Amino acid sequence: MKNSNKGLNHDEPILFEIGGMDKTGVDLNEPTFEENLIGDCFEDREIGLPGLSEPESIRHYVRLSRKNYSIDAGLYPLGSCTMKHNPRLNEKLARLKGFSEVHPLQPLSTCQGALELIDEISIWLKELTGMKAVTMTPKAGAQGELCGMLAIKKAIEARNECHRTKVLVPDSAHGTNPATAAFLGFDVVTIKSDKNGRLNFDDFKENVDKNFAAAMITNPNTCGLFEDEIIEIANYIHDAGGYLYCDGANFNALVGKVRPGDLGIDAMHINLHKTFSTPHGGGGPGSGPVVFSDILKEFCPAPLLKKDEDNYYLVENHNDKDIDKSFGRLCVFHGQMGMFVRALSYMMSHGSDGLRQVSEDAVLNANYIKSSLEDILTPAYEGYCMHEVLFNDDFLSGTGVETIDFAKALIDKGYHPMTIYFPLVVHGALLVEPTETESKNSIDQFIETIRELASKTQDGEEFFKKAPIYTPIRRLDETKAARNPVLRWQKNDVIAAE
Amino acid sequence: MRYLPLTKNDREEMLSTIGANNINELFSNIAEKVSINPKFNLPNHKTEMEVEKHLSLLSDKNLHADNSSFFIGGGSYKHHIPASVDHIIQRSEFLTSYTPYQPEISQGTLQYLYEFQTQVSLLTGMDISNASMYDGSTAAAEAVSMAKRITKRNGVILSNTIHPHYADVIKTVSGIKDTDFIYNRKFSIEIDHLFNEVDDNTACVVVQNPDFFGSCYDLSSLSKFVQSKGALLIVVVTEVLSLGMMKSPGTMGADIVACEGQSLGNPMNFGGPYVGLLSTKNKYLRQIPGRIVGESEDVDGKKGFVLTLSAREQHIRREKATSNICTNSGLCSLAFTIHLTLLGEKGFKRLSRLNHESALNLKEKILKIPEVKLLNKSFFNEFTIELPIKGKVFVDRMAEKGVLAGIPVSRLINNNKELDNFIVVASTETNTEDDMNSYIESANEVLR
Ligand SMILES: Cc1ncc(COP(=O)(O)O)c(C=O)c1O
Repeated sequence: MKNSNKGLNHDEPILFEIGGMDKTGVDLNEPTFEENLIGDCFEDREIGLPGLSEPESIRHYVRLSRKNYSIDAGLYPLGSCTMKHNPRLNEKLARLKGFSEVHPLQPLSTCQGALELIDEISIWLKELTGMKAVTMTPKAGAQGELCGMLAIKKAIEARNECHRTKVLVPDSAHGTNPATAAFLGFDVVTIKSDKNGRLNFDDFKENVDKNFAAAMITNPNTCGLFEDEIIEIANYIHDAGGYLYCDGANFNALVGKVRPGDLGIDAMHINLHKTFSTPHGGGGPGSGPVVFSDILKEFCPAPLLKKDEDNYYLVENHNDKDIDKSFGRLCVFHGQMGMFVRALSYMMSHGSDGLRQVSEDAVLNANYIKSSLEDILTPAYEGYCMHEVLFNDDFLSGTGVETIDFAKALIDKGYHPMTIYFPLVVHGALLVEPTETESKNSIDQFIETIRELASKTQDGEEFFKKAPIYTPIRRLDETKAARNPVLRWQKNDVIAAE
Repeated sequence: MRYLPLTKNDREEMLSTIGANNINELFSNIAEKVSINPKFNLPNHKTEMEVEKHLSLLSDKNLHADNSSFFIGGGSYKHHIPASVDHIIQRSEFLTSYTPYQPEISQGTLQYLYEFQTQVSLLTGMDISNASMYDGSTAAAEAVSMAKRITKRNGVILSNTIHPHYADVIKTVSGIKDTDFIYNRKFSIEIDHLFNEVDDNTACVVVQNPDFFGSCYDLSSLSKFVQSKGALLIVVVTEVLSLGMMKSPGTMGADIVACEGQSLGNPMNFGGPYVGLLSTKNKYLRQIPGRIVGESEDVDGKKGFVLTLSAREQHIRREKATSNICTNSGLCSLAFTIHLTLLGEKGFKRLSRLNHESALNLKEKILKIPEVKLLNKSFFNEFTIELPIKGKVFVDRMAEKGVLAGIPVSRLINNNKELDNFIVVASTETNTEDDMNSYIESANEVLR
C-alpha cells in the first residue's frame, strides 16, 4: 500500500483490510467437550470476523483516535450539546467493581449500595429541579421525552379525554421533540417563535383548543434564551386542561440558580451527559432521567425504587399493585447506572455552591463571547443570553461565504465548530456554547480567532470554500454517500480493488 | 472549585466587558418571575478524596461478580474484558468527543462505527446494521416499530419465551394497543406454536433465541411461514456470544435482528449502559432508525466516512422521522468492536465454545443435586432448572453463602405459581471449577 502519511497524521486502513482470520489478541484455552447441546440450530459457520493481535489492535484504534477532535484537546463550542470537561474521578468511580460488576437482577439484599446510589442521585435531581418525583430509567434525552410524554398520555387517558391529541411544539425545538410526540401518535402543531426568539404566546393561544394535550417547551430554549413568559404559559396550559413538558437539555444554564419546578412544569428530562458531565463518548451513551410534578408521578414507568424501614427494594413488574397506573417500562433493567455514578460524583464534587457557580460561569462565558463579537458577527437577538449565544449569518451577506464555510474554516484554526443551521428559526444559525469549564484565556483566544476569520470574509470566499485543508480528510461528498449507500465492508470490495 | 477555571478577577473583567454590574444582572429577566438563588437542602462541594470515599463505601456494600461465585444471566452476562478495551475507550479522543457531525475531524469515530456496522452484520448474517441503539430491549422495540411501518399492519405477536421485561419494553415503547398484542404470559418452557396466531393484521412475530429460559431454536420454518403471511420475523438475541455456535438469524430467515451487545466489551454495570445492535435486510434500509455511517470521498477523491441517510432522522425529519433517537451508545459500541477485533474469528468462536462448555459442566454437576431437574432440551450458556423449593428462597439463601445462583423466574413472571420453583442459571468462561463446586456445596446445604 502506498504511504500517504503526513507526519503524525497516519492513514489507517479499515480493519477488514488489515485483520486476519487466523489472528487473535486474546489467549483462550481450548474447549474440550465432545457433544454440544445447542440442538437443531447448531452450526460451525464461517462468520468472516478479522482479528488483530493486541499490539496491532492498539495501534489501529490509537491511530483512529488521532483523527478525532475532543473536549480534552480544545474548546468544543457545540451549542445545545454542553461539551464540558469530563472529570476523570468520575471514570474511576464508575469502574469500582461494586458498581460495574453488579448484575441488574442480583438478589436485592446483595445490591443495596447500588440502590442507595440511585436513591441519592434521585434526591439531588429532585432538589435541584424542585420537582416531586423522578424516574431514572430513560437511556438518553430523547427517551426521557418519550417517558414524559407517555406519562402525559396516560394521564389524559385516566381522565377519559382521549380526544386530546394535539401537542404544540415551538419551531425552535430540537428535532427529538416533534419526533417523540409524533411517535406516540400525537398531532404535532408547530408554533412560531416571535421576533425576540421566544415562543409566540399569541400564536400559541390560538392553537389551544379542546383537543389540546400538551406543549413541549425547551427552557432556556435553543436560541439560548429564557422563555420569560413561561409561568403565564404554564398557567394557560393548565387552565386549558393540558400539560407542560419541558425539554431540560439546557439545564446547565439554570442548575443551582433557578428551580424549574418553580416555573409550573409537569415533566422535564435532564441530560446527565450534558449538565452533569458524563462523557459524550462520540455520540453516547447518555442518560435522561425525568422529573415529574405531583399530578404525573403515579404514571412513572417501572421499576420504582422504594424503601421500607431498613432496605431498598424495586417494584419492577407491570402487574405489581404499587405501579398499576404506570405507563409501562422503557428499558429492560434500571437505566444507565454507569452514568449515575459519574453524575453523582460530579454533583457531590461541586455541591450546591459549586453548581450555582457552574450556571453562573456558563452564562457569563456565553455573554462575554456575545459582547466581544457583537460588533463583527450578528447576534440573532438583543439582550443578554443564557449559556449559549446564537448568531445569524447576516455578517456573511454579500461575501459569498456561508455558515458551513465559516465553520469549516474554524476547523483549520484548530477548533471544533459551533452548532450550525440549528435552531431552524434563524438563517444560517451559528450557536455557540462555551460552557463553564473554559478558562478566560481559552475564550479570548477563540474570540480572537473568530474575529480574524470574520474580517477575512471580506477578502472573498475562496479561502473559506476550500477549508478545511489541514485535516486528515477534507470536505466529504455527503450526497454521494446517501445516494449510493455503502454501509459496510464487503469481501468483493477487496477483489474489485485488486 | 477544581473544575472551574475562572478566577474572581476574570469574572469581574468579563462582567465589565459585558457591561453588567454583577452576575445576577444576567439572570434579571428570570428574577422578575421567580426567586433565583434558592436555598437547596444539599451539601456544599467536596474534595476528590471525600467523594471517592463516599462512593467507595456505597460500592463496598454490593456483592459483585468478582467477590462471589457468580451465575446470573438473563440478558446481562459476566465475561472477561481484555485490559486494552478499557484503555482505548478512555482515550480522550473517543471518550470526550461528540457525535461525528463534522466528519473532517471525526474520522476516528466514523471509521470504527463503519467497522462496527460490518461486524454486527456479519454476526447476525444480515445485510446492514445501524450505529447502535441504547440496548437490546429498545432495539427490539424499534424493530417492532419498523415492522409496523414496513407492513403497514399493527398486530404484534411475541413468543411466550421472550425475556418478560423485553416484552414490557416492546409494548410500551412501540405503543402497541392491547388488542394488537399477543403475548402469552402463561409461559411454557418451550416456545409456543405461534403459527396459528398469525393473520392479516400481523406486522411481526418476535422470537428470542436463545430464549429467556436458555433454549435454542432453528427458526427457519417459522420465518418462511411468517413471511408467507406477509409479516416479518424479528429475532432477539440477548447473548451475542451464542452467535459463535449457531446458525445466524439471517441464515434462518430473520427480517430484522435486535441484539444486546453487552457481552462484548461492556461490564454488567447494574443494567446500563449497554449497546443495542439492530440489523436488517437491504430492502428495509430506509426504515431503520438511528445513525448510520456510510462511505464517501472527499474533494481530493480520498476515501472517508460520514453519517448518512439522515433524511430518516429526527434532526432533519422532525415529526416524520423513523424514530426519536439521537444520542445512542457510541462508546459502548467502541468497546464492543475493540473486543471483537481482539478476538477475531478464531477467538470469538472459541470464546463461544468455552461458554457452552462451562454451562455443560455446570449442568452435569447441578444434576447430581437430588431433586433438581433440568428443563431445557438445548441451551447455550444458560438453562433453567426446577428446584424442590421456591426459586426466590433458594437464590436468597445461596446469596448468603456468597453464591449468586441465578434468577428466580418468579421475579419476572409473578403471576404463575407453576414457575415458582424455576431458576435460570448462566455459566460463562469466567466460572472456574471452584465456583462450580461452591455452587454445588452451597446448594446441597440449602436444599438439605
Ligand atoms: C434541546 C435538546 N433536546 C433534546 C435532545 C436529545 O437528547 P439525547 O441526545 O440525549 O437523546 C438534545 C440533544 O441533542 C437537545 O439539544
